[in-house]
Amino acid sequence: MKDKLIYFLELTGFTWFIPLVRLSAGESPKHQMQELGKMVGVPLFAIAVFLFLWHLGAAKVITSLGQVPGPTQVWEQVNVLVDEHYEARDREQAFYERQEQRNAAKLEKNPDAEVTIRPYTGKETFFDQILTSLFTVFIGFLIATLIAVPVGIVAGLSDTLYSALNPLIQVFKPVSPLAWLPIVTMVVSALYVTDNPMFEKSFITSALTVTLCSLWPTLINTAVGVSSIDKDLINVARVLRLNYFTTVWKVVIPASIPMIFTGLRISLGIGWMVLIAAEMLAQNPGLGKFVWDEFQNGSSSSLSRIMVAVLTIGIIGFILDRITLSFQKFFSYDKNAVIR
Amino acid sequence: MDKYLNIDHVSIDFPTPNGPFRALDNVNLKIEKGEFVSIIGHSGCGKSTVMNIVGGLYKATEGGVVLEGREVDEPGPDRAIVFQNHSLFPWLTCYQNVELAVKSVFGASRSRKEIRDWVEHNLELVHMTHAMHKMPSEISGGMKQRVGIARALSMEPKVLLMDEPFGALDALTRAHLQDSLMDIQADLNNTVIMITHDVDEAVLLSDKIVMMTNGPAATIGEVMEVNLPRPRKRLALADNPDYNHYRSEVIHFLHERHARKVA
Repeated sequence: MKDKLIYFLELTGFTWFIPLVRLSAGESPKHQMQELGKMVGVPLFAIAVFLFLWHLGAAKVITSLGQVPGPTQVWEQVNVLVDEHYEARDREQAFYERQEQRNAAKLEKNPDAEVTIRPYTGKETFFDQILTSLFTVFIGFLIATLIAVPVGIVAGLSDTLYSALNPLIQVFKPVSPLAWLPIVTMVVSALYVTDNPMFEKSFITSALTVTLCSLWPTLINTAVGVSSIDKDLINVARVLRLNYFTTVWKVVIPASIPMIFTGLRISLGIGWMVLIAAEMLAQNPGLGKFVWDEFQNGSSSSLSRIMVAVLTIGIIGFILDRITLSFQKFFSYDKNAVIR
Repeated sequence: MDKYLNIDHVSIDFPTPNGPFRALDNVNLKIEKGEFVSIIGHSGCGKSTVMNIVGGLYKATEGGVVLEGREVDEPGPDRAIVFQNHSLFPWLTCYQNVELAVKSVFGASRSRKEIRDWVEHNLELVHMTHAMHKMPSEISGGMKQRVGIARALSMEPKVLLMDEPFGALDALTRAHLQDSLMDIQADLNNTVIMITHDVDEAVLLSDKIVMMTNGPAATIGEVMEVNLPRPRKRLALADNPDYNHYRSEVIHFLHERHARKVA
């Protein structure tokens, strides 16, 4: 039970709680307290120091939008954003209730009357924008993975293909999302022409920009992982006369899973970073647009609200990284390898 | 030509920037069914290359290998290989490693139960049933090599190829595995080609020892029949004059007539 719990915590990245589990199991309390101090106390202390320095430094800088926000102002805005979210939800619900009442009244007078049901068109709240961003990055990352992993596997297995692709990869890898965006925007506008669009153009533009920038780490890592498989393992597959696809499925993919996941983690990190910039320019209603709108808004609370977004972006990026790390640990066959 | 396995005038060139490098020159060897043959020589003399050609992993530049009247030019389960570093798939358990081999060789012709029984039977042969559901990373080097041997045996090869199978193991484990291999060999009477650089191992296990000259253009220097009665017992043989005679023959070959020029 205890060991299973500890393994689970290790897998999911909640290593902070491991000393607590051991402590509650009555395992050498003194040692566990030391561990707890090292793993929880030290980081908490560092955060406290950071907040204090931030508080001191922020007060010294006065911008045209007022003083640079310190931790307290930012925390205030967190509460404001939460309140705004609930207010907007209440308004939305009220809107639908009014509409329903109106329609019911109309139908009562004349059962054949045409009733129109209109969707609520209020402004997205901060939390809606977080969800939009997450969905956009997920789609962009998914497309990137679906391209990068198969291409990486084939390139890793064939030296010729690898030398053919390598220069292209090296040239496109360092390109900034801001450079891709105008091209992607124009291409999407030209090709995505429907009367009844399922997705907004801004969404597709942002997602594709994420794809273009997060493709490369997975591609490179997969190719390197595949090409560095122990030759004897491939020879075993040859002795067993496995065909190309069985060899890929039974030998190549399992052997390179750790490298593939390393690539995926880097890709997702880059994708999340790129997304904010893409959303700013493409006006996809996510966190990037939130930052841009607040900047254009220029009220006295704007900087604090942007700071909330900055911290949110950071924390979500951290969580995404932890999730992929858990997957990486789960799928890695070498359970003793130290993966950070 | 009526021998079981015929390595016929095999030569191989490897391409290098300075033109082709002749690694093996005119290797000729005939092996009978059920024979245990060791190939011994200094490192770099091309003994593994011989095995890789028989295994079909390399293609001979000249000559060829004929097994039961058919030329072999690609790898196949009829010539199963036991690799020096076991080469088990680290993401599969011991059982699954053997199962993968059995399924790809007999998957079409045997039922699920037959496959399971056959996997377990082979693990039993190498005394590994107690740890068959462990991952390779959880067992010792000697145990991994046992599973590697079980995997090769499970393919029912016509020729079992072993590339320095015990080279990476400590002396005690090696002795254990050699004894196990002799037991299995007494049961199954496989045709085996084993690459080794260990003189005692070669004399203890083999019916025939093939001694190779040094490269480049290495070839077979001498072939010695080992006519010791089986079953052979390590302890009893230690003071056996015949055993010591065979041993000294090989040592003389390796360290006098074909000593390595540079260590």
